[in-house]
Amino acid sequence: MTNRVVITGLGIVSPIGHDVQTVWNGILTGAHGFAKTTIFDASTFPTQFCAEVKNYNLKDWTSRYDVHKNANRGSAFAIGAAVQACRAAKIDIETDNPKDSIDRKRLGIYLGAGEGSVDNNFFFKAIIDAWNPQTNQMDWTAWSRVARARMNAQRELEQEPNMPATHLAYLCGARGPARSCLTACAASTQAIGEAAMIIRSGQADIMISGGAHSMIHPLGITGFNRLTALSTRNDEYQTASRPFSASRDGFVIGEGSAILILESLQSAKKRGVEILAEIIGFGSSCDAFRVTDMHEEARGAVSAIEAAIKDAGISYKDVQYINAHGTSTVENDSIETLAIKKAFRDAAYNIPVSSVKSMLGHLIGSAGAAELMTCVLALRDNILPPTANLNDPDPALDLDYIPNRPRQKKVDIVMSESFGFGGQNDVLILKRYVE
Amino acid sequence: MTGPKIAITGLGAVSPLGLNCRQLWDNLCAGNCGISTITAFDPSDFECKIAGQAPPEFNVRDFVPKAMRKTIKLMSRDIELAVAASWEAFESSGHKTQAIDPENITIRPSRTAISIGAGLISCDLCEIAPAVANCVSNGEFDLHKWGSEGMQQITPLWLLKYLPNMLACHVGIIHDIQGPGNNIICAEVAGHLSINEAAQIIARGDADLAIAGGGEAKVNPLVHTRQILINRANTKSNDNPHAACRPFDANANGCIFGEAAGLVILEKLDDAKNRNADIYAIFAGAGQSTNLSPKWEKLESDGKGIQIAIENALADAGVKPQQIDLIIPHGTGIAADDSAESTAIYNALGAAAEKIPCLPTKSMLSNTGAAAGALDIIIAAMIIKNGKIPAAKNCEKKAAGCRLNINTKPVEKNINYALVCGYTYGGQTAAVILKALT
Repeated sequence: MTNRVVITGLGIVSPIGHDVQTVWNGILTGAHGFAKTTIFDASTFPTQFCAEVKNYNLKDWTSRYDVHKNANRGSAFAIGAAVQACRAAKIDIETDNPKDSIDRKRLGIYLGAGEGSVDNNFFFKAIIDAWNPQTNQMDWTAWSRVARARMNAQRELEQEPNMPATHLAYLCGARGPARSCLTACAASTQAIGEAAMIIRSGQADIMISGGAHSMIHPLGITGFNRLTALSTRNDEYQTASRPFSASRDGFVIGEGSAILILESLQSAKKRGVEILAEIIGFGSSCDAFRVTDMHEEARGAVSAIEAAIKDAGISYKDVQYINAHGTSTVENDSIETLAIKKAFRDAAYNIPVSSVKSMLGHLIGSAGAAELMTCVLALRDNILPPTANLNDPDPALDLDYIPNRPRQKKVDIVMSESFGFGGQNDVLILKRYVE
Repeated sequence: MTGPKIAITGLGAVSPLGLNCRQLWDNLCAGNCGISTITAFDPSDFECKIAGQAPPEFNVRDFVPKAMRKTIKLMSRDIELAVAASWEAFESSGHKTQAIDPENITIRPSRTAISIGAGLISCDLCEIAPAVANCVSNGEFDLHKWGSEGMQQITPLWLLKYLPNMLACHVGIIHDIQGPGNNIICAEVAGHLSINEAAQIIARGDADLAIAGGGEAKVNPLVHTRQILINRANTKSNDNPHAACRPFDANANGCIFGEAAGLVILEKLDDAKNRNADIYAIFAGAGQSTNLSPKWEKLESDGKGIQIAIENALADAGVKPQQIDLIIPHGTGIAADDSAESTAIYNALGAAAEKIPCLPTKSMLSNTGAAAGALDIIIAAMIIKNGKIPAAKNCEKKAAGCRLNINTKPVEKNINYALVCGYTYGGQTAAVILKALT
């Protein structure tokens, strides 16, 4: 059995808005989500800014707040995004008696979701009280005393990366296949790809899929700062995310959730819901090179693109737009450009490529899902999102990156790329839905 | 399952019962228990002082090619365990990888998939402690100092040790695996789900071969404390570790946590036959679902999500309950969860559930999180291969209401179909059915 897989709902909670149309309008009009970090005091960190989700209140999104109240940021954002996506796709939520004629055993969840933040309230204090600098050892009795006094057990449990999927299953009463993966920055692209395969092979009719993640916390920023992966352009934070620019100096970290409803064509037609796009191709690969660097010849990225093209049963010239991973790091944008050239050869120069990370920031686990969403909207509205802040093109990067302004263009087949730290690569291909 | 038949041709495990599958099997058959007093840290002030730890002689250096030795410092314990298990998995399958024999590689890297489940990896507290301890004002942590000075003491690649995809990345780099790669992070069902997904990747034609399973090191003060505080860890049997974990027993008193990695090699049955591989079992089918309980650490009392997963697995494998010859349940030793699981198994299998031998393994192996399901699938494969079910441990008097046939004595038996099921806090459930090669 091979079912066609379509997208019937979208929802997003992001640094530039908490609904699909606001985010899309923002991306097309040069909005951005960057500001000084407020979640914690980052004023002495190498990077003092990021793309936070602002003014988000979980209580606005659930009538069962008590059940969800300990949610970590990622889970909380996922609930808001899923509520929007389910409404759009006419999936009843938060009811024991759904009237939407969906068999709950055929309704599944597949997220690319990240861990919650450690609880700073106890984490550092417990270490401080336990560390003995004379012996270079931890006194675990002292550690335990502080940890126990300050730890909130339920909030600890909520740090587990499977918890966003847990919240969404409860929200929707979903009893179908449930998985969550965390292939770093490629996680939600991977999740959507595998969710599509679950529908294609007939294991579920509908999959709630996408990403949920926030790494904007002291240890998360410490980790990325030490890797020198983040932009440190503290004085120009509004324009610090500048994919494909000569002056790019790292990514700008964001947070949020994007949720898409994937559905078999048959189910979507039967339910009479609007079909927004069709998922026709998925490719996944590993660099098998180094945990620290992408393969110099873009081996893994190229093979993921090739696998997706083959899966879609199209030819390279059919791809009319590429939504790039485009992180704004020196390495990614160079190697991604190389990958596109190697995979598409001469055709590469005719394909517009852009990175919405220039406005949304890098949503880490959620990045791929949010970016695929912009691909759905590009197909719907025949307009391609730009790469913002592209004022000093890197002379070595010579593709058409749609600088600074969106472009009107009728497109029927578009591609979204995601590459994770450690060398995990995932590519999805969407097509305008036609009977 | 649609698509080509898929065989399990290799097994690898580092667990509290040994450095490899041979030791695991011998220890299971001898009725040994891998749970003991914690040595990874001083547990004297923790209510639960016992865990399932890998043998002390475990050393990851034995499993990393010389040219890659400097990557060892980028490996958390979870990664180390997975790297070690990957070696045995490939070697037992007879396949030669880049690491095993670079002159005679038998796998096609681009047609080999990797799917390794992992947990929430806790950082090594001792590693960051000196830096944290330098950033104190008035007895509390000073984030200002951390930003300007403290973090500079952290090794630049620190984050990479704790990203849960790194189990798959290191294993993939060592053996040169370039096909589809994933890592499912679904707590205690991550291992089941990873093996299931890898089988599906082969079934749909995206790979010919896969290494799949899970690895997690839960013997860590932070992880340990979490389980104590949510009342999942047994805190009453510190003086008697071997009797501590008692799945489905009337005196079940909680779970014991541990560390392990388990990985299997999956490949198309035809390929395995063509190269005369030793075949442990056929991957016959799988199912998944979710428990919907508003208390995330608890199951619904009837374990509905487990029941649905088992029903889906039976349908996927095309078998009836009475055809199942062995059940390996999740069996944590948490009384309420055991009760929910046994109800779910009974509701899925009906009266057959009262007859089929049932072997809970956590009484001997402890609960190894993302590795747990992979270990159980490995054990099921070894039972099928050897025609022998080891005795369950610590179920002396069945809990009231438990209608499972706990296999308290070793049994010689031909196993045609074996069912492995699992669930996790958070709700996700899984069931996998293996079949003997006939």
